[in-house]
Amino acid sequence: MDYFLTEEQKMIQELAAQIAAEKVRPTRAKLDENDEFPWEIMKTLAQADLFGLYIPEEYGGMGGGIFENCLAVEQLGGACIGVATTFAASGLGAYPILLFGSEDLKHKYLPQIASGKRLAAFGLTEPGAGSDVSGIKTTAVKDGDHYILNGSKQWITNGGEAEIYSVLAITDRSKGARGASFFVVETGDPGFSFGKKEKKLGIRASATRELIFQDCRIPKERLIGREGMGFIVAMKTFDKSRPGIAALGVGLSQGALDLAVEYARKRVQFEKPIISFQAIQHKLADMATKTEAARALVYSIARFMDSNPNDVSKVAAMCKMYAADVAMEVSTNAVQVLGGYGYMQDYPVEKMMRDAKILQIYEGTNEIQRNIIGQELNKEYGRMKDTFF
Amino acid sequence: MHIAVCIKQVPDTRNVRIDPDTHTLVRQGVESIINPFDLFAVEAALKIKDENNARVTVVTMGPPQATEALRDTMGLGVDDAVLLSDRAFAGSDTWATSTTLAAAIKKMGDVDLILCGKQAVDGDTAQVGPEMAALLDIPYATFVKKIDLGDGNSIRAIRQTDEGTEIWKLPTPALLTVIKEIGEPRVPSLRFKMRAKKAEIPVWGAADLGLDTNCVGLCGSFTQVVRIFSPPRRTDRILIEGSVEEQAERLFNYMKQSRVPGI
Repeated sequence: MDYFLTEEQKMIQELAAQIAAEKVRPTRAKLDENDEFPWEIMKTLAQADLFGLYIPEEYGGMGGGIFENCLAVEQLGGACIGVATTFAASGLGAYPILLFGSEDLKHKYLPQIASGKRLAAFGLTEPGAGSDVSGIKTTAVKDGDHYILNGSKQWITNGGEAEIYSVLAITDRSKGARGASFFVVETGDPGFSFGKKEKKLGIRASATRELIFQDCRIPKERLIGREGMGFIVAMKTFDKSRPGIAALGVGLSQGALDLAVEYARKRVQFEKPIISFQAIQHKLADMATKTEAARALVYSIARFMDSNPNDVSKVAAMCKMYAADVAMEVSTNAVQVLGGYGYMQDYPVEKMMRDAKILQIYEGTNEIQRNIIGQELNKEYGRMKDTFF
Repeated sequence: MHIAVCIKQVPDTRNVRIDPDTHTLVRQGVESIINPFDLFAVEAALKIKDENNARVTVVTMGPPQATEALRDTMGLGVDDAVLLSDRAFAGSDTWATSTTLAAAIKKMGDVDLILCGKQAVDGDTAQVGPEMAALLDIPYATFVKKIDLGDGNSIRAIRQTDEGTEIWKLPTPALLTVIKEIGEPRVPSLRFKMRAKKAEIPVWGAADLGLDTNCVGLCGSFTQVVRIFSPPRRTDRILIEGSVEEQAERLFNYMKQSRVPGI
């Protein structure tokens, strides 16, 4: 399929594909087996200028948008979404600053993130607050020129490896949803520490840790936007980041499909390559069609979002939800096509299947995505005066 | 410091086939790549540039399509590139190639260090680097695995030989041919790639280099390729099996039968 990419977009795609093929594919099994953080690959991505694709040039980025970032993420995700999640999570940490940060915060942190010199991370989830963000307990209390943070964040991607954290904390509990605020916390801030590294089903190259704040004192200028804007910052950040998760799903689906087709053409049973059997052909046909459908959806939504429309929550949720479900299905079927070999760690598809599951869970579970889409539909049709009957 | 790197486009030898009738390389449909050893030379130059105030120019002799190879190296961070292209250059052997490249280095004027790959994977001669140094009358070292800049007037090169390593000090300008151990080539960067796309790459012909067309290309070549062929498979081999003693005895008997002198 030709998606009519510009020269520059093709260049991004080729560069990310080259890094995926040369640096990620040969190392993914080892990174997975050892729960190893992919620092070498992160350095390569930094040197390749890929960390700043979506960051404006005035802050040291390449001045592209969500679509350009999706192109890179898709290629990396085709090789390993553990590595690609690590890369993409830095963007998730950067978006609150990019969207709502003061000029000082932007000039201080964005060039570091764009150059890949420092990784960023996003701290929202807590033991008691996942899908229901309003359940967060971490507090930030103003004390003169500082805020003092107390509490903890759970399952934070890039936790302990990143140096710049966008963290959500309650600044005024009495105001409910309007009482939360985002802050930048840096590694080394007094009272800021990390919990143990989590053991996970998949994306084991990515690091997941607890963030612990014990009287963590930060300058008041680290507040992102204004006090009380926390939930809006979170929602707008997710709107921007969800196509990236969708792109991970497309990449993973394509990676699994590639392996399944190649294997099916070579594997001989009953004296024929198994691709000659319709049972396999139909499976591969569905895998390929859904992968392409997911890609077409992600690309068109990412392009639409880069035109800066007003409300994107519905479409952002749509592409994340759909591509994640497709990735789970395609990778599961890739294991089926490879049969016993697919179940063995000697072949990469079992890892893809383990990895795919997270796509349906993180950055808002797919159930939450459907809630968003459903609620938006209700609002949208509620505004209509005409009837379709 | 100005570093010149000489590169060559070669057929991608991972996919090369030999025509069974003519015994020559089937070039049709074979992608051209930058000679892998030359990429190590580019990497060596960029490593020096990473830590020093250096400018890197890449030069190649070839048809107009070779600009793509030059742009690829600019995507890695090379500053400038020059293409040496002229119908008169066609059919060059290593001597004519060296003559042309050396003339280009002279034209650049301010080159302190010339880096080449240890050899090209198509011809495998390893001659062009040393020949250029001879033509330019500058010192050279081959099979270099590490380069240290000295006091500004000299460099230190560590050579890998079959016997071990040798440490050489060479006054600049000098020429080095490098091996894999110098370091894996880096991946391109998006900024460099974008700049490379727009870069104007000058093309120098024989006249620009002040070269007589009788000294370059086929006319200037001392060697001519008469025929390329795969050596015939030897079929007169025997495999001697058994215990060591049995093998020795069978070998001895075989040599006796074959009337090997002295047996």
